This record gives sequence, C-alpha cells and structure tokens, in this order.
Amino acid sequence: MESEMTTDKIMTDEISLSIDGTEVTVPDGTTVFMAAQRVGIDIPHLCYDPALGLPPTGSCRLCVVEIEGQSGLVASCCHPAAPDMVVHTNTEEIRTTRRVVVQLLISDCPQECLICESCGECQLQKYAYELGVEQTALLKEPVRPEPIQDGPAIIYDHSKCILCGRCVEVCHNVEVTGAIDFLGRGFDTRISLPPGVPRDESGCTECGNCIDVCPTGALSFAGARRAGRVWELQRTVTICPYCGVGCQIVLHTRNNRVVKITGEPGLGVNQGRLCVKGRFGFDFIGHEERLTEPLIRRNGELTPVSWEEALDFAAQRLAELKSEFGPDAIGGLSSAKCTNEENYVMQKFMRAVVGTNNIDHCARLCHASTVAGLAKAFGSGAMTNSIDDLDQANAIFVIGSNTTECHPIIGAAIKRAAQRGVPLIVADPRAIELTEFATVYLQHKHGTDVALINGLIHVVLQDGLEDRDYIDRRTEGFEQLQAAVEQYTPEFVAKITAVPVADIIRAARIYANAPAASIVYSMGITQHITGTDNVLALANLAMLTGNVGKPGAGVNPLRGQNNVQGACDMGALPNVYSGYQKVDDDEVRAKFEAAWDVSLSPTPGLTVVEMMNAAAEGKLRALYVMGENPVLSDPDSSHVEEALRKLDLLIVQDIFLSETAQLADVVLPAAAFAEKEGTFTNTERRVQRVHKALEPPGEARLDWQIICDLARRMGYEMSYPDVAAIQDEIAAVTPIYGGITYDRLAEGALQWPCSDGDHPGTPIMHVEKFSRGLGKFHPVEFIPPQELPDDEYPFLLSTGRILQHFHTGTMSRRSDVLDELVSVGTIEIHPDDAEAVGIVDGQPVRVSSRRGQIEIGAHVTERVMPGTVFLAFHYREAPANRLTIAALDPIAKIPEFKVCAVSITKA
Amino acid sequence: MKKSANDQSASGPAPIQEAVKTVIDTLGISSESNLIGVLQEVQARCGYLPPEALEAISRRIKIPLSRIYGVVSFYAQFYTEPHGRHTIRCCRGTACYVRGGQRVIDAVKAELGVEEEQTTEDMMFTLQTVACLGACALGPLMVVDSTYHGNMDPRKALRVLQMYQEDSG
Repeated sequence: MESEMTTDKIMTDEISLSIDGTEVTVPDGTTVFMAAQRVGIDIPHLCYDPALGLPPTGSCRLCVVEIEGQSGLVASCCHPAAPDMVVHTNTEEIRTTRRVVVQLLISDCPQECLICESCGECQLQKYAYELGVEQTALLKEPVRPEPIQDGPAIIYDHSKCILCGRCVEVCHNVEVTGAIDFLGRGFDTRISLPPGVPRDESGCTECGNCIDVCPTGALSFAGARRAGRVWELQRTVTICPYCGVGCQIVLHTRNNRVVKITGEPGLGVNQGRLCVKGRFGFDFIGHEERLTEPLIRRNGELTPVSWEEALDFAAQRLAELKSEFGPDAIGGLSSAKCTNEENYVMQKFMRAVVGTNNIDHCARLCHASTVAGLAKAFGSGAMTNSIDDLDQANAIFVIGSNTTECHPIIGAAIKRAAQRGVPLIVADPRAIELTEFATVYLQHKHGTDVALINGLIHVVLQDGLEDRDYIDRRTEGFEQLQAAVEQYTPEFVAKITAVPVADIIRAARIYANAPAASIVYSMGITQHITGTDNVLALANLAMLTGNVGKPGAGVNPLRGQNNVQGACDMGALPNVYSGYQKVDDDEVRAKFEAAWDVSLSPTPGLTVVEMMNAAAEGKLRALYVMGENPVLSDPDSSHVEEALRKLDLLIVQDIFLSETAQLADVVLPAAAFAEKEGTFTNTERRVQRVHKALEPPGEARLDWQIICDLARRMGYEMSYPDVAAIQDEIAAVTPIYGGITYDRLAEGALQWPCSDGDHPGTPIMHVEKFSRGLGKFHPVEFIPPQELPDDEYPFLLSTGRILQHFHTGTMSRRSDVLDELVSVGTIEIHPDDAEAVGIVDGQPVRVSSRRGQIEIGAHVTERVMPGTVFLAFHYREAPANRLTIAALDPIAKIPEFKVCAVSITKA
Repeated sequence: MKKSANDQSASGPAPIQEAVKTVIDTLGISSESNLIGVLQEVQARCGYLPPEALEAISRRIKIPLSRIYGVVSFYAQFYTEPHGRHTIRCCRGTACYVRGGQRVIDAVKAELGVEEEQTTEDMMFTLQTVACLGACALGPLMVVDSTYHGNMDPRKALRVLQMYQEDSG
C-alpha cells in the first residue's frame, strides 16, 4: 500500500524521457536542455546561461534538438520535457543546422583568435571547432568598429559580439541595474549604454558581471589585456576580502601576480556574481607599497631589521611592560580581515600569553550592538537566516542599510525580489538606491529608529496583526513591550521621525501581513548611542509577528567585513572566548584554562574606544594591532592619534604601512588573504575555506605564525603544524564550531551552529526554540542622539561607505579600477544647503565639528535631507573621523558614527 | 542642411524641457503604461523624442533608460532628433523604382538640399526613404505626413513640396 502511494507521487511530480538512448527522470516542468544536463549531455548553447537562474531567451538556436514525432528541430532550452519523449541531441541533421548557425555568427566576427583575449575560453570558437565549421562563405565585408571603453575596466568590442543578450539579461534581471541594452537594428545592433549618457550617470556600477557571462571576447577586462590567456593562468577558488557577504571568487594568477578575478558560475553565496570591488579591487595584493620586511623605530625612523630582531624586541618589550604595569596595561586589536584561525590565535595570545582580556577589533565599531542586542533577545548575536533565504521572503524591511552599495550582492537580491513584486519597505534618512524600488519609503530623521520601530509595533498591536500563538509559545516579556509602545502612536512617531502617519501605518501592515517577512539592517541601526536599543526594537518587531525561526523571515544584520563575523566568533572580544563563552563564567574559564594550560583573567577587558581612552590616560602602555587602522577607522581620530603616541609600545602587524603603522614602534609585515590558507565566516555564519594563490612578498609572513613566534619568545609554547590544526583546537573548545573540520569544509561550507561531526549546519536559527530558550521582548524608549545640530554647528553629519571603496581605503584606494572610478572623496549636501553656504557642486568646503576639521569637495544631491550631510570615511586626506564623536552606546560601547553636529563653510 | 539636436538646444533647452514636462504630466504615465504607446504620443506632441522626454518616461514608467533607447532605436518610427514640420517618405521599393522612383528621390534631395534622414535648415521637411508603402499601383509614391501622393515624377513632386511650403508660409 505504502509503496503504491510512493509510486503515485513520483508519477504526478516526475516524468521520464529518453535522451540519446538514456532514460532520464526529471521533475515535471524541466526543459529538455536541463534534462539532458542531468545525464551529462551538454547541448551546445550560446544565448542561454543556466547559471544565471533566468528563463531562457531561445534566440541563438544552437541548442536545437530532434524530438521524435515532432516536425522540425526545437530549441531545447525553452522546450519542456514530456513523458515518454524521445530526444536526439546530436544527429547529422542537427549538426548541419548548428554549423549554419555558427557560420552565420562568425561571419561578422574578425576571427582573430590568434590575438584575442578570450581564445581558449570563447564558446563560439569552441563550437566552431567542435562542429568543424570551415572558413565561412558568408563572410561579409569586414566592419571593424573600434572597441568601446566607457569606464576604467570594461571593454566592448562590437565586432566580436554575437548579440546573445546574456550581458543584457545579467544587467537587467540579475543585477537589476539595467544600464545596458541592445541599441539600433540590423547589422548596426550593438550593446550600449543609453546614447549620450556618461557611464557614471547610466547606473552602470562597473560590476563586470557582463564580462563573466559573455560567451565570446566581446566584453573583456582592460586590465588583463596581454597578461595571459586561460591556459597560462592558474586558478584558485577563494573568498572575497571585502564585505561580509563572503562571495566565492576565482583568482587567476600568473608569475605570482593576480591577473584578474572572476566569479565561478552558479557557485558560492553569490552564485558567481561579483561587485566592482570584488572583481576589480585586487591591485593592492601585489602593490609596490606592500610591507616586505620588519621595521623597528630607531632615532624616530622606522628602520628595516631582521625578523629575529623585530620579534625579540617586541616580545621583550611586551614582557617588560607586563611585569612593570601588569597584563591589563597591554591591549590587542585583532582583525576582521584575518582568518578565523588567526583571530583565534590572536585572542589566545592576549589571554594566555599576555594574560589580559583586553582584546577587541573593529566589530566594536560596526555590529557590537547587534552582538549585544540579539544575544539578549534571542540568545545569539548573528544573522538569523541565510542570504538565499531572501528569495522566500513575502516582504522585506530594510532599515539603516545602504545594501546596494555596502553589500552589493545582497542588494541585488533585494532588488530582484522587488522586481518580482515582493513588497519592500525601506527606512533610511538618505534616499539610497533601494528607495527607488521601495513600496514604502520611510525617510526618518537620523537617530529616530527606536521611535519609528516602536511606532510600527504600535500599529501592529492596534490592528491586532500580532502572532498571539507565537508570542505565547515562544516568547516572554510581551506585556512590558505592550505597555512601552502604548504612547508611540503614529501621530506621536510622525512628530519625532518626520515620517508621514499614513506611511508608518502602511509599512506596519505590509510587514505584519506577510506570511514571512525579513528584516535586513546594518550600520544605520547599530552605530548610535542607542545601537543596542535599535537592535532590540527590531527583535521585538520580528518576534511580535512570529518572524523568527522560519524561512524567508528573521532579523538579518549584514556584517561589514569579510571576516568580522568570524573574528567575533573566535572571541576577539573583551568579554568572551570563542563561541561567545563568557570570560567571567567560572566553568567556561576552567575549560579554557585546561585547554590552554594556563590560568586566565576573569575580568572582561577593554573595548576599542576604551583602550584608546586608557592609552590617552596612560593606563594602557602597549598595544598590539593586527590588520586594523584605528587612526582612520575610530571616532575622533585626533584623540586616537594622541592616545597611540602616548603608548610605550605600539606593535602593528599589517600588509601596508597604514596611518596607524606609521606611528608604530615595531612593524611586522604580514601576508594578504590571497597568500593564506584558512577560513572566513560570512555574515550568514557560513564558514568558508580561503585558499592560497600567491607567495607573500619579500619576507612577509602569515599572521598566525608571527603570533606563535611572539608567544614562544614570551615563554608560552604555541605552535601548530598548519591551519587545520588550529581549526581542530577551535572545534574542541567552541561548541558552535564543534563539528567544523577542514575535511568537511572541503565538501562545502558549513553554517554554525554546527555542534558535531554529524551536524549539517544551521541555515536558519531559532527554529524550534530560541538559543536562549524563550525569545525575550525588551521594551525600549526613544533617546535622541548625543550631539544634535545647534547654532554653532548647524548640520547633522552622518558617515558611511560608498560602493567603490572600502573602509580606510588601504586596499580599495590601491586598486587602479576603484581609484579611477572614485579618486577623491566628496561630502553629500542638499541643494538648498549648498545655496545657503554659497557653493556649487564640486566646490571645496570646510567641515568642522567640536573635534576637528577637514576640507573636501561638495557633492550637491537631493539624496540627503536638508540640514544633513553625508561623508564616507575612506579618505586619509579628508578623514571623516576627525569630525565624529566618540559617544558610546552604554551596553555595546559602539560609537555614534551616524550622528554628530558640524558646520560647513566655503573653503 | 542637417540639423542636430545640439543646434536645437542652442535656441534654448528650457522651452523643450517645459514642453516635455507638460506633455509627460498630462499623459499621466505610470508603471502600468504601455511604453510604445507613450513614445508615440510624446513624439506626436513634441515632434520628436528629446533625451529629456526619454529620461522622464524612464522615471515614470520605471523602465531603464537603456531599454527605452533600445526600443526607440529599433523602430524606424521614432526619432531622437528634431524633425521637420513635415515628414516626406519616398518609396525606393521595386515597383516604384522601375517607374522612376529614384529620379523623384534625387529631385527632392536636390530641391531641399538634404540627404536621407536629414532635415532642412528651416525645419520644414525631413526626408526619409522607405522600402515599400504598400500602394505599389500608385507608384512612384511619395507620402507627406499621412497624405499619399501617387504617380509622381520629379516635376510633380516639386509641386507637391511647393504646396506644403505655401500652406505653411
């Protein structure tokens, strides 16, 4: 009986057909093309790119097949498979047809394979060869328009273009940029930006995904010209070093240099798609300014020395300062750019060797409030769902995240959802790109997030849209929340936020009515003195509507750095060991003491900003910085610089002589990501392998080996044969990483929690119950930002990132394409304010706050609200953080980078 | 002589932008609108499709500008440069050709001093040639705006042109 039912089920959902004599069973609705792929038959194709995940266009006619009983040949990419169909994919008739198709296509190709960049990769060349297409009789008069280069990276050669339309598809329907399309008709038809529109105004972000999907040499990367062809390049699959999305990239290298970076079609969280930084931001790796030898400051100058000397000196000074001032006079900054293994070793060094919990890293400056807030509400401070989960969301609420610029691959996923008709709510003080796709755009005033979210909760409760069953079964503290939001009526909230009442109501209803709604947020939420409260408010909203623990929902903080999630997971935080195990928990500490064979400090250490303050006060005497640049990245940089100068010992381990390294007493040259083995953990908790493609330059060494050498010199035996051994130790002491081994990672990435060798990883957290048991509502009240505009400083300054650059610019500004795209920083100012200040677009302005001043060009735009200005923090010549305020969230100790008061005058 | 869009804008972009704005506003374009219909309507009212109009349509109808240019450049009916007050379409199809159609075209070109797809300096006429107008029995055929003028020869054709010039004069 049971077996019959099973058979029935297969009968209804699956169909069987024969392809070239092989029986194949596929789900109903599968195309003949995909069915053939299932049995390893790769039908020739040019216009269709299955890895794009888009419907086929069926235009090239190369994928034609014969179906018995049907007259003529049919395009297999568009033809659905049917039961008992008999398909032939490679008869003489088919080959003849394909030969004609290819002949027609190459008739206006210059056929210069001898010098073509794509030789060896070109699909047209491949099929011409396979089909034995000889010199075509259709050769028309050679027309050879000059290749077009609209931006710094992408070259379009019309004469090699077969008009398959893959680039147009990826631009319109995957990236949802729509910058290029077919232009003209007949022989003139070409791929083009809108005529007369400059590239940087066309929406083209120079992401280069069009290059990856181009089957011929029509689209290519200018920087890789004459640098080697496919058979001369070595391929290494690894993880992108920029943001927290964790895209899989392929490094193509030759003679120990990166020639180009591509995506791996259909693979990785990015499905082979990359953004402009990931694809073109690699020149820093082989840059001439890389540090190649250790340096020690002598007579005020940083002087090259041997590794022995540098390590001896650093270890000796650390030991001296430790014995004179105690271990807590020493601090360490770990790095969200380094691997998990290196972060683990770094925090272990600070705790087990130096003996302090003064270890922190830049997560303090981005998502400390997430880690604190979500841990309080859910029991775990990380993205609850996965990136591909956004495809299942019935509504998406983006707040405080300029996703398309800061996490472009996720930004594109959100745009695709909106294009499919999924309602999108965007809350942001700036009119960012996503607002063009928004169903409802809530332009709330800076720092009024708690009020706005409480307002949404108020409406949900007023309309009775909350999920009572979920609240009763899965949560606690609901009554307190209910009481707290009572006063946040839409009218009250509209007054605080400047968002119209109707929009607040509409947004709340869209969010609450969706069967599964996802919240996506980032620094706009976290970088406030109320950062933790903002996060708690979002957690409240999600739990209230039952939107935690199921597909398409969740509270999803997007992490900023490639491995900031991992650096947190590894315990590069002052209050926890790896896996968020508290240092002041006796049982936990006993476990680590046993594992590391040393006694450990029970006192939580100092956070980043607290370390700087302690240094300024002379309480912190030494700082060991690995791969961070606090001089540019931390708030109130004049104060930071002053603090660092006061130190008795500053050790900086980096790949460049950063602004921070320039102040150091010892500089240790480290390897870059492309020179390393290890793992990064992306924003969705996915632990992914990083692979070595290049040798480090000069004498630069791996971070973990440098740290181990220092430890040994300080009398603690720390050595590992390889990074896999470090991961084994991490797994042994870290329950959430317990089942993660290099053997398993070779099979594919794993999302923590992954407790043991059989655990499959966790794409969605808090499914049956929250990590802390019951989800806890935390009522939060609106508190205005610390420093608001006044008569003396009448503008509100907000800081952040732009698409083309990253953080302090150490990497991105040393990459030719990115630097050419945006070579100078600008401050965004509203046209009304520009007029009042008396400046026009491009004119320099002087921006002053209570802490410092800078000069920078104005970018006049309606993207910002009147009375507010926006500045990215990438520029050493105009450092945003000379202006920002080191006002801290009391719980997470995150600085309020998003709001401070400035004045603006004509420079 | 050929007139480019730049020459037009030299006489003042503001009036065009104003006109575009008025047209776009009165049409009430939304993302539900039919693109080709909108383009035809805007062209009928503005005389051609200025870049400002295409940008405005792109924003209203929420179709990328690249795609709008793709459509505009695909169809011969759309112009992105100012057209003359009257559009002359001369047939160069087989039936008209054997009856002397080319001589008609040459005469018109000589009279107006323009080549195909060009507009006279006084913005009176734009000359186009087409493959067939579907009224071969009337060949050689010349269509001005939407009026068919059959059985043309160079002399008759010039008279027709004169007629339009006088009407406008």
